[in-house]
This record gives sequence, C-alpha cells and structure tokens, in this order.
Amino acid sequence: MIGAIRKDFPILSRRINNKKLVYLDNAATTQKPKAVIEAISNFYLNHNANIRRGVHTLSEEATAKFEEVYKKTAKFIGAKSVDEIIFGSGTTEAINMAAKCFENSCFWDKEGEIIVTEMEHHSNILPWMSILDRKENIFGFSNVKNLKVIRINKDGILDLDHLKSLLTSKTKIVAISHISNVLGTINPVKEIVKMVKENSSALVLVDGAQAVPHQKINVQSLGCDFYAFSSHKMLGPTGVGVLWCKKEILEKLPPFLFGGGMIEEVYFDKAVWADIPHKFTAGTSNISGVIGFGAALDYLEKTGLSLIEKQEKELVSYCIDSLSNIPGLTIYGPLDISKRGSVVAFTLFGVHPHDLASVLDSYGIAIRSGHHCAMPLHNKLGISATARASFYLYNTKSDIEALVAGIKKAKKIFKV
Amino acid sequence: MYKEEILEHFKNPRNKGVIEKPSVRVSVKNALCGDAITLTLAIRGDKIEDIKFSGIGCALVTASASLLTEHLKGKSVKILNDINDTFVLKLLGGEITPARIGCALLPLKALKQIKK
Repeated sequence: MIGAIRKDFPILSRRINNKKLVYLDNAATTQKPKAVIEAISNFYLNHNANIRRGVHTLSEEATAKFEEVYKKTAKFIGAKSVDEIIFGSGTTEAINMAAKCFENSCFWDKEGEIIVTEMEHHSNILPWMSILDRKENIFGFSNVKNLKVIRINKDGILDLDHLKSLLTSKTKIVAISHISNVLGTINPVKEIVKMVKENSSALVLVDGAQAVPHQKINVQSLGCDFYAFSSHKMLGPTGVGVLWCKKEILEKLPPFLFGGGMIEEVYFDKAVWADIPHKFTAGTSNISGVIGFGAALDYLEKTGLSLIEKQEKELVSYCIDSLSNIPGLTIYGPLDISKRGSVVAFTLFGVHPHDLASVLDSYGIAIRSGHHCAMPLHNKLGISATARASFYLYNTKSDIEALVAGIKKAKKIFKV
Repeated sequence: MYKEEILEHFKNPRNKGVIEKPSVRVSVKNALCGDAITLTLAIRGDKIEDIKFSGIGCALVTASASLLTEHLKGKSVKILNDINDTFVLKLLGGEITPARIGCALLPLKALKQIKK
C-alpha cells in the first residue's frame, strides 16, 4: 500500500547529497502527489480565467472548478454549509482574519481577556496580542494586557484545571491548537469547548494546521466556533488556507479586507457587503491553488484518513521506541501514543539541533531544527531549539531506521 | 562542514566567558533558531586587550566566535574595519552550506555593531 502511495510522489525518488531522500519535515510542509501538480497545471493549460466575473466559457469553467472545492472542503471537515468556508493564504492568515473580524465585532469589548496556551505557534499568539497591545509600536508589542496562558504539565499536556480557573465573564476568546507542532500533544478540544462554554461566553478558535492532515475532523462535533488549517500541510499547494466559522457567528462579523468581489453595491457615500462567505474574500483568490487543494482533498479521501492515522500511529510508536534507546536523547511531549500526533521533537546532548539537522542532511534526511515558531514553549522547556521529525502517509519504518542511523553518525562526529 | 578544527573549537572554545566591566558589550540573536551570542571587549588605547564571548550556539556559531576572538585578541581596533564575511568564512575554512551561513556569521554580526 505505502509502495503504491510513494509512487504518486515524484519527489520521493530524488537523491539528496547522493543519498535516497528521507523526508521527515512534514509538519513544516508535505510533498505533493502528481494528482495535485497536474490539477494545477491542467487549470493553467486549459481553464485559466478569473472566477465569478465573466460570462465566457473559460470563466464559467474556472468558477465551477473553484466552487466545487468549497463543497469538498465543507464535506471534509463536516461543516454544516459551504457558506462557512473562507479561503485565505494559510492558517496564519486564517487566524489573523478571525482576529481582525473578531476585534471589530460585537463579540469583543476593550476590557475583554483572551486565553491561549503555552504550546501555541506564534501565529496563534501574535494576532491575539495585536488586539490586546495598548499602543502602536513599530518595533513590536510592548504593552500587552489581559492575555492569559494555559499551563502545560511536564508531559506537555494542558492543565485543564488551570484553564477553568482562568475563565471569567471577561473571557472573550480561547485560542488553542488542536495538535501541538512541537510536542505533538493532541488537545481534548471537545472537552475544552465544553468547559469554556459552561464557564464563559467566549468563542473558541482552534488552530488545526497539524490535525486536519492526520485525522478525521468534524467541526460540528468539536463544538468550536472557528477552525483554521493550511492546504500545504495536507498534500496541497502553498498559499491556500481555510478558516471555518459557524454560520451564526460569521453572520455577525464585519469584513476585514475590502475590494472587488466582497460587495453587493458600492456608492461614494455607502456600500453593502455581499453575503457570507464572499464578504470575507476581497480580490482575486488563489484560484489555481484552491483547485490544487481540491485535488489534495480527493487524494486524502481516496486513501482514507483512518488508514493514514493508523499508519502514522505505528510510525510514531516505532520512532519513539527507537529514539528512546539512544543515550543522551531527550524526547519532548507525551509518550502515550494515544495522546500524540505525528510529530516527534527531541534534543541530543552535546549536539545542537542545527548541527544535527546538517549532519542528517548530508545523509539525505530532512528534519526541522529550531524553535518551530513556538518560542514561548521553548522558553518554558528551558531550551533554545529542538530537532523535529514529522511523518506523513508516505513515510516508512525504514525512514525511521535511516533517522536513527543518522543520529548515531552525528554522535560519532561530535564524539558524544 | 564539520572539520576537525571546527569540532575542536566547539568542544574547547577559546575566550568563552564574560569580561567584567567591559569597554564594549554587544549581543545578537538568530531569530530562526534562538541562538544568542554576547561579545565583551576590553579596549586600552586602540588595542583589543581582551575579548570574550558567551551565549548559546551550534557548532558553527561557537567555532566562529572562538576563532574570531582568538584572531582579534591583542590586535589594534583598526582590524575591526577589515573583518568581513569572506574573512570569517575563510577562517572557518571552507564549505558552509547556504542554510548555515547565518550561523557562521552570527558572531561577526555582533562585531559589526561595535563599528557603529
């Protein structure tokens, strides 16, 4: 099965530094199957036109292909309606979009508080800080008030009692990641949403960038209000992301970007917005990207997320077992596989993560090193950087064996 | 990239530490990886009497700081104007991959702040 999957990804047969490519940086971005690459080139070769604007055949074809992806996306995440889907450039833009619209809506007041977690990616911290920062600052935020942060315990699991103690009538939004991009922790979103709703009137936004690619998501059963994720972390092209928002909330949000395609009527003294979701998508969308994303969704549906999840669990379990046997190696995040996604961050005593990544690269193995855009989390862990291996549907046990062999070579070079 | 000399300077860095009451103190951070380095210098007249570095860094940052401080110690401050990227890469002796050049040049980035 994996053999057949791997054949769909031309890049996997590339050689890097004269070695077979072992791609373990999937949490950063995944590789793309032929079907996605061909969908994009087919669009440009045969159907390219702007959407919703022309009456000519090409424009109709492009529009139909584009609209089709709204339906696929809504179905993929279990949304009630296609009107709840907003396409943007990625998870970062999706969260910024949500924050901007939220800030100017009836859901926010200036005395309000926002809750995030210690394990958040910068893109689920900074947009909220921008609402809370009390002064204009060209060089950064310097006066952020009312940002509350849910603690994690030593296993990298959220302290829900702490969350409960932070919730008040002032809490206006709780922004959490579904799966941590460093610790791999799978947060109990359903339970968190229930707790938030029982103890406050806050909305809940979930950063699902590391979750949607790897497990079946149903936004309705999660109960959250916003859910954001990226195409490029799930076989699709870069430059496409999704913000899902409950219809009854979306209808009460003002737009944040103004221009063509988001209006009903415009005069010099007034304007009327288009219906949702179009009022949130001014300007020409990333049409070819969205169509490529549609092909990625087809590919994932065809393969089956339950199979992908099962395969990845086996890999993560094998990876943790193998890495645990290496002296001097520390793994971060929960060791209980049921609480963990397909991300394994670790450090190796005596070898800086950057050096480890460089040595591995010389053997054709691609991992990520650094703080993975989660600087506050690394501060909490008391380290400046980690190395991170992350998996997807085309990875095999032999990829992990290559990783382990590479780490042992690095130990030899650094004499540790 | 990980030649014996670089590894040796990483394991046994020269001039590691902080000068008490330095004439100059400069710090830089690499936002990509969180590495941070601080240089302290004791300058008498126009001579760099002492120079030390501290902070966290990978093998390239550490070796680069170690080699650079070793090179600068005891020299005239005028030498600070002559030190550039090419010189540092040469000092490290060879092939640094493009993604790691930022690491190799981090200590120089700190030094350049002194010139200002």
